[in-house]
Amino acid sequence: MKAITNKRGSLFNNQKKHLTAYLFLAPWLIGIFVFTLWPFITSFIMSLQETNLFSTKFVGLDNYRALLSDRRFIKSLKVTIKFVAISVPLKLSFALFIAMLLKDKIKGVNFFRSALYLPSLIGTSVAVAAMWTQLFGPRGLINDFLAIFGIQGKSWIANPKTALYVLVVLVVWQFGSSMVIFLSGLKNIPVSLYEAAEIDGANKIQSFLYVTLPMLSPIILFNLILQTIGSFQTFTQAYIITKGGPINETLFMVLYIYNKAFTASEMGYASALSWVLLFVILIVTGLIYWTSRYWVYYES
Amino acid sequence: MKTKQKRIFKYVFLIIFTLLMLYPVFWLFLGSVKANHEIFAPGKILPSQWMWSNYSKGWNALPGYSFGNFFINSFKISFLIVIGSVFSTSLAAYAFARLEFPLKNFLFTVLMATLMLPQQVLLVLRYVLYSKLGWVNSYKALTVPAFAAQFSGAFFIYLLVQFIRGIPRELDEAAVVDGCSQFRIFWNIIMPNCKPAIFSVALFAFMWSWDDFLNQLLYINDVGKYTISLGLRLFLDNAAAVSWGSLFAMSILSLIPIVTIFFLAQRFFVEGIATTGVKG
Repeated sequence: MKAITNKRGSLFNNQKKHLTAYLFLAPWLIGIFVFTLWPFITSFIMSLQETNLFSTKFVGLDNYRALLSDRRFIKSLKVTIKFVAISVPLKLSFALFIAMLLKDKIKGVNFFRSALYLPSLIGTSVAVAAMWTQLFGPRGLINDFLAIFGIQGKSWIANPKTALYVLVVLVVWQFGSSMVIFLSGLKNIPVSLYEAAEIDGANKIQSFLYVTLPMLSPIILFNLILQTIGSFQTFTQAYIITKGGPINETLFMVLYIYNKAFTASEMGYASALSWVLLFVILIVTGLIYWTSRYWVYYES
Repeated sequence: MKTKQKRIFKYVFLIIFTLLMLYPVFWLFLGSVKANHEIFAPGKILPSQWMWSNYSKGWNALPGYSFGNFFINSFKISFLIVIGSVFSTSLAAYAFARLEFPLKNFLFTVLMATLMLPQQVLLVLRYVLYSKLGWVNSYKALTVPAFAAQFSGAFFIYLLVQFIRGIPRELDEAAVVDGCSQFRIFWNIIMPNCKPAIFSVALFAFMWSWDDFLNQLLYINDVGKYTISLGLRLFLDNAAAVSWGSLFAMSILSLIPIVTIFFLAQRFFVEGIATTGVKG
């Protein structure tokens, strides 16, 4: 008899415990369902519809088919991938290079770290975008600097050949946050490994290649994937600095989605674009992850 | 001798490099106190006359609304997002770090998946949802999701879970023996021990909501409700006709809150990024 009540008691206790746990989770759970899962599912449904201000009708995969012959979409996909492929590796190389310089105990390391982190902090703001339009404008700081060498620069933003790189420089400028992550990773590499390498007669470059890089590779992978996902979603800078131009050279995917959904009111088409963006990001990050088994070293 | 030379070389390089990286910000500041024609005069670094009047001109440059309005609006939104994020993410993080419940592993996988989910993919349909709820052109669309842990919530929860796992379990076990409820353990033991992580969450929530542009652009239409980002954008559209000096002045002002907070609390940023290794 006693055993039974005990069991009942614990069963009741367990249920109560679970209920408490779900109460703690409630705000997040509601959020996931209402603000994430619902838009996620309905956006797929909407991508199968043709919508405008007045009507909605089911069109199956027509939106996706239309994408294939949409020149602006192809262009948008191309420039987005080009932007990611150039800016992310550059940003991470910069971050790693400076982190290597800061990793040994040097005086003022905190100052350098904070000062170099600053651009990451303010880089996506409208204020910095406004500044960038002037830095790279026809009479901006960059051309001032070039004038010293007698080079007469034009507007870097209005030139279809250079506009994308103006935005690349802005992204690379924000290398600070990746640098901080690398720095904390570098601190976790045991000194004994470097000592062992030194005893084996390794020079600086060899110990970088055979100790630092393999030990840091999981963090490099992590940074690479996060920066790639983030970079695919660039909006503010392109919207304000280049407005997607000149001749669509900086028409990033999110900017095109924005234009289609909120300027042209083609919500169905914009939803299809969103799903394509998701798939492109999935494929690219998947590829990075797949290659990682050849270059990421996990201690076991 | 040689290592000393190397070290000096490294210092010189780092100092020059850091100055170079920060130079655009100095340039923006110096531009904010220059007359229009001087900003773009080649080779002139310092203004010949410090035009502090650019600040007062910029403050009232847009007819009918001063930048004071925009600042207040931005602070309102950021404040609500900070409160909402701390509230919702700390509760969820406690459950994930300390409690047992059905589907825990599955839900944690969902959390990690949303951490990686590109938010822009939800852009269009979130707009549709919020307009059905009647939230467009109000701050609800920007702030309510934060109370449901959907303003970078996955990142914040993950950061807090990592931190709570580091708090010794003996502390809560002692409280269980004393007959404390889960909520009391959360409130009296975990929260006080979690202060640095909570502070990091609050800081990131503040910075990201302050810097946000796309959501504000989508959900706020009335100039009276404009935030600092939208105010600057509006100013930028008219700047050619007005004055670059004043625009730069307002840009500098818009950066002051985040830069000040960063330098006062940089330890929490750096630790916050380092413990999770995510974004920034």
